[in-house]
Amino acid sequence: MEFSSENIALSGNKGKGIRSDCFVSLEITKSGGLEIEIQSKVNVFYGNANRSLALHILQFFEIKNAKLLIEDTGAIESVLAARIEAAIKMLVNSDKSYLPAMLAANNYTTTKERNRFSRLYLPGNSPSLMLNAGIHQPNGIILDLEDAVAVDKKFEARFLVRNALRAIDFYGAERMVRINQIPKGIEDLDYIVPHNVNLILVPKCEETGQILVLNNRINELKKLHNISNEIWLMPIIESAKGVMNAYQIALSASNIVSMAIGLEDYTADLGCRRTNEATESFFARSVVVNACRAAGIQPIDSVFSDIADMDALKENVLKSKVLGFDGMGCIHPRQIKVIHEYFSPDIAEIEKAKKIVLAFDDATAKGLGVVSLGTKMIDPPVVKRAIKTIDLAINMGKLAKDWRMEA
Amino acid sequence: MKKYDKLQKNALGRIVPGEVNGQKVYPYMGIGKHRPSGRKYATPIVSSADFPADGNKLIPNLKEALIKSGLKDGMTISTHHHFRNGDLVADQIFDIAKEMGIKNLVWFPSASFECHSTLIKYLEDGTIHHIEGSMNGALGRFTTEGKMAGIGVLRSHGGRYQAIQDGEVHIDIAVIAAPTADPFGNATGDRGPAACGLLGFALGDSQYADKVIIVTDNLIPFPCIPWQIQGNYVDYVVQLEKIGIPEKIVSGTTEITKSPDRLLLAEWTAQFCDEAGIIKDGFSFQAGAGGTALSIGIYFAEILKARGMKSRWARGGSNKYLVKMLEDGLLEYILDGQTFDLEGVRSMRENEGHVNTSPFTSYNYHGKGNFASMVDVVILGATEVDVNFNANVVSHSDGYLLHGIGGWQNCLFAKCTILPVPLFRDRIPIIVDEVTTICGPGELIDVIVTERGIAINPRRKDLIELMKDSKLPIKTIEELKEEAERICGKPEKPKLTDEIVAIIKWVDGTVIDAVRKIEK
Repeated sequence: MEFSSENIALSGNKGKGIRSDCFVSLEITKSGGLEIEIQSKVNVFYGNANRSLALHILQFFEIKNAKLLIEDTGAIESVLAARIEAAIKMLVNSDKSYLPAMLAANNYTTTKERNRFSRLYLPGNSPSLMLNAGIHQPNGIILDLEDAVAVDKKFEARFLVRNALRAIDFYGAERMVRINQIPKGIEDLDYIVPHNVNLILVPKCEETGQILVLNNRINELKKLHNISNEIWLMPIIESAKGVMNAYQIALSASNIVSMAIGLEDYTADLGCRRTNEATESFFARSVVVNACRAAGIQPIDSVFSDIADMDALKENVLKSKVLGFDGMGCIHPRQIKVIHEYFSPDIAEIEKAKKIVLAFDDATAKGLGVVSLGTKMIDPPVVKRAIKTIDLAINMGKLAKDWRMEA
Repeated sequence: MKKYDKLQKNALGRIVPGEVNGQKVYPYMGIGKHRPSGRKYATPIVSSADFPADGNKLIPNLKEALIKSGLKDGMTISTHHHFRNGDLVADQIFDIAKEMGIKNLVWFPSASFECHSTLIKYLEDGTIHHIEGSMNGALGRFTTEGKMAGIGVLRSHGGRYQAIQDGEVHIDIAVIAAPTADPFGNATGDRGPAACGLLGFALGDSQYADKVIIVTDNLIPFPCIPWQIQGNYVDYVVQLEKIGIPEKIVSGTTEITKSPDRLLLAEWTAQFCDEAGIIKDGFSFQAGAGGTALSIGIYFAEILKARGMKSRWARGGSNKYLVKMLEDGLLEYILDGQTFDLEGVRSMRENEGHVNTSPFTSYNYHGKGNFASMVDVVILGATEVDVNFNANVVSHSDGYLLHGIGGWQNCLFAKCTILPVPLFRDRIPIIVDEVTTICGPGELIDVIVTERGIAINPRRKDLIELMKDSKLPIKTIEELKEEAERICGKPEKPKLTDEIVAIIKWVDGTVIDAVRKIEK
């Protein structure tokens, strides 16, 4: 396709290794009607459907004359639509949005207490990674608008993330979005709040004021779109200042359900190197765990970046669990299983918890105020933790619901 | 001569020809239904008086050997594919034929690879009339676009042996590339610069061809031990400078997959086998060469190791992962049909439990049994599967013929056949209403594992019963198909003409389906 001017909007990805995506070039012309060219290896299957979709979107935005070139590598409809809409909005101001249908399966909400062992980061401008993310059953998926998106792709990524929230099934994973740093991240909210985002990650959170600004806009949008369910927040502490303010941040809003630490930025802020031993971040991690526990929310650890080394990941998870964290981020689906396996209670922990809970049952039945196991007295917090361990083990499929029958 | 004639409906309802390239063929009649009678094909009687008493059958070059073999128009020339994409022999044969002005040859390879796309020029100029074997990549596109003079005939590895043995295909000249050979014609694949492991795919060619030429780039004095190919079948031996490109013979493609989606397929497949009670002490298995299939072997190994069990035998394609199982004591025997990497080649030389086999022992349906049906579980790929569990391995949904059958059809006779496939590839659904080309009937395909659910063939009530309490996502095949269409949209059907360009043979020599020409 020959374009006649230099003023062409480009969106999407193409080139080596790009799949399930498309690259759109759009020029608004003065005359000549709508000219659409689609280059695709799936033209034989979806050529007509893609053409009518493209035409429909152009007409929806009342564009009469344009040249549109789509270089497609098997993008699904919602991706194609996001790319075309982004290109249109680079050239034309419009308040309208071309929304794909909201999947009925995507209307679920999440609870404050749910497991958040794993949350899988998905670069917000890479549709091929989004499509199958849910099948790996992370506790949460994060559509990332922040660091995983190049600066010049931030605009178009919002449309892709919005459409993904509506049209991609993540099979029960908590639907999270990492917005850009406040204040820039405030603009992202329009694209996610009306589309049933369950949780928003707030990067580089340093002070309570950021949370206030964020919640104000969230509440405005909720009112505007008639949304009643909670949208949870997970601030990420990534700086020395953030660490010092961690407890205040954790307490700053009732919709904060957990708080994470981001160690790449934190170590950069400290001016030191991130090591595998992680002594440099021991203080910060402990502060975050403490702040979270004090505020009654879940402390979540940073990601582990060597995706090939599952043994090192396991060691990392075990260390993290010892420090008191409840979960960590993943950057590759294969990390999920390891994280679930080692954050959840192990056999020894479950066996011990079973004995304690049975002793507690026994004491309650006998009307005794004191729980004892053999010659040892068991304190109430130990019983409480044992019950939590049992619940978790059942939840993770490591223990049968009717374990008391077997015991 | 018409390219094909006598169209009729076969037992699967597919329209197939009853005559192809001037030869009568039978329509597929159902599993085990076609029972030809008569005697097998035999080669003419020869006398040692006509061969050098000192055993030296060396001929200075390939051209002279071909001339002595009586190369002329219309002959069938066979080659094997143990060198995979590193084969340097097929090209040389047809270069010589072209130079001699020979026309209308039939090329009968045990498989073709991308490196053979150079032969398109000979298909265009009439040196080669058609291919009976596989038409991969560019050769497949050429065939599907209706450019080949004759009709392509695709067979499984076992079907190829059956066709040779039953006399359906008469090989005039077999050219067998051998990594090591002696002047008498004894040959082996397990050593030499172009070592490829074994030469099983050339066994039938050596036994039944009128003339057999061994070409080697590693000539050693008699005797060549072991002799995978017996010199007593061989007419001529030719020494060439180079017969194959080693790094393309044992390619790096046989690595386990890094794709998380495919690893999930592998993990679920292994878990399925475990829950269905297939993995037990002494069980047998076969997994194909793809990354997903290789990974399943790794999960099997983990399960066996954890329980202190071992597998009695595995059918190869051998590779370093299977060799490791053998050497770690998790597996007693590898019955190997082709070696995929150097570890496989080494193991074949060194390990007593690593045994070379042939399509005769493993796959031939017109034999007194074969190994394939004795395997407890086989894991295979597919390009498409339909709601009746029929599957395709040769063409894609767009109608293009791109792959060979390999041992795939033969393997379907295993006690349990599992196909781990993605639900869709780049928006193209793999589970469909009707496959483009039926290569295997649904009644032999038991389980489809996709990343969004596992479908068990309703005929396998036993497996359905065993898996009824499983935590694995067991769904119906229709549910899977609908999910694929919900995500991808319902694809339009490609425009195919009625014209037939190739036929797919079943393991008994009948025609199970035909490939149609594409409207360009």
